[in-house]
Amino acid sequence: MALTAGFFYLFAALAVASAAMVIMAKNPVHAVLFLILTFFNAAGLFVLLGAEFLAMLLVIVYVGAVAVLFLFVVMMLDVDFAELRAGFVKNAPVGLIVGGVVLFELIALFVSRGFGVGLAQNPGAPVAQMGREASNTQALGLVLYTKYVFFFEVAGLVLLVAMVGAIVLTLQHKANVRRQSIAKQVARTPATGVEVVKVPSGGSVIPAAEGRS
Amino acid sequence: MTIGLSHYLTVAACLFTLGMLGIFLNRKNVIVILMSIELMLLAVNINLVAFSYYLGDLVGQVFALFNLTVAAAEAAIGLAIVVVYFRNRGSIAVEDINMMKG
Repeated sequence: MALTAGFFYLFAALAVASAAMVIMAKNPVHAVLFLILTFFNAAGLFVLLGAEFLAMLLVIVYVGAVAVLFLFVVMMLDVDFAELRAGFVKNAPVGLIVGGVVLFELIALFVSRGFGVGLAQNPGAPVAQMGREASNTQALGLVLYTKYVFFFEVAGLVLLVAMVGAIVLTLQHKANVRRQSIAKQVARTPATGVEVVKVPSGGSVIPAAEGRS
Repeated sequence: MTIGLSHYLTVAACLFTLGMLGIFLNRKNVIVILMSIELMLLAVNINLVAFSYYLGDLVGQVFALFNLTVAAAEAAIGLAIVVVYFRNRGSIAVEDINMMKG
């Protein structure tokens, strides 16, 4: 139990500290790297809570895809990030006041409500079965693919729409690049594709180029 | 000292507040604002998983899974918009984003 508490404090402190570094780092590349550290520590917290599948998903999806996407975009855009930090000190007081108030209210709520004793349990809820007969992944799959299969499909649809949207947004057609247009090729008829040129005897003629392109 | 639900909720509250503070502090930088939104979504996920564990209810983890999906889609679309905007205007400063006069 003491070991669990120690690991909780380690992961929690590292997560909060690296989250603070995310918003305060001068270099956005460092900010993304601290974001990755935050995700790793959150994954550690998930493991402590017995949600191993979500922890691995966090590492794979967030660290492997989203954070790397951020890293690509930060490195690809040629932006003067020092100029973008101009209002940092000016905005700090009001931000600190609002953030302090929100944090105080949230923690006061947790302390006064006393979560952890006498929580209303839902008896019909699917049990996580952590570490007993089925693993967390198996238990999650048993619920996800039966009771919540519709939402699972909708989540897949959301990802598909996001993928198509991102591709459509970033796809660009350059005017000076010659590409094969299959529709144009298929639509060719003998009337448009063949040009009959009457060659006068005793000379030659250069056929018009625009009719044959 | 045993770790209770309040501990996890406090960590999530700290992360959420830091994400909100990040939006206040880096008001000009769209990329850091997107990262702050990711931090807030992570805090929500920690809350969901903590409640799922302490209530013995697996549905919280299912919802956290969907949350993760939406967060990934949001990051992809947001970064695509940032890239397109930078390609068109050569800047990603928030105060320059006023073409629609919103």
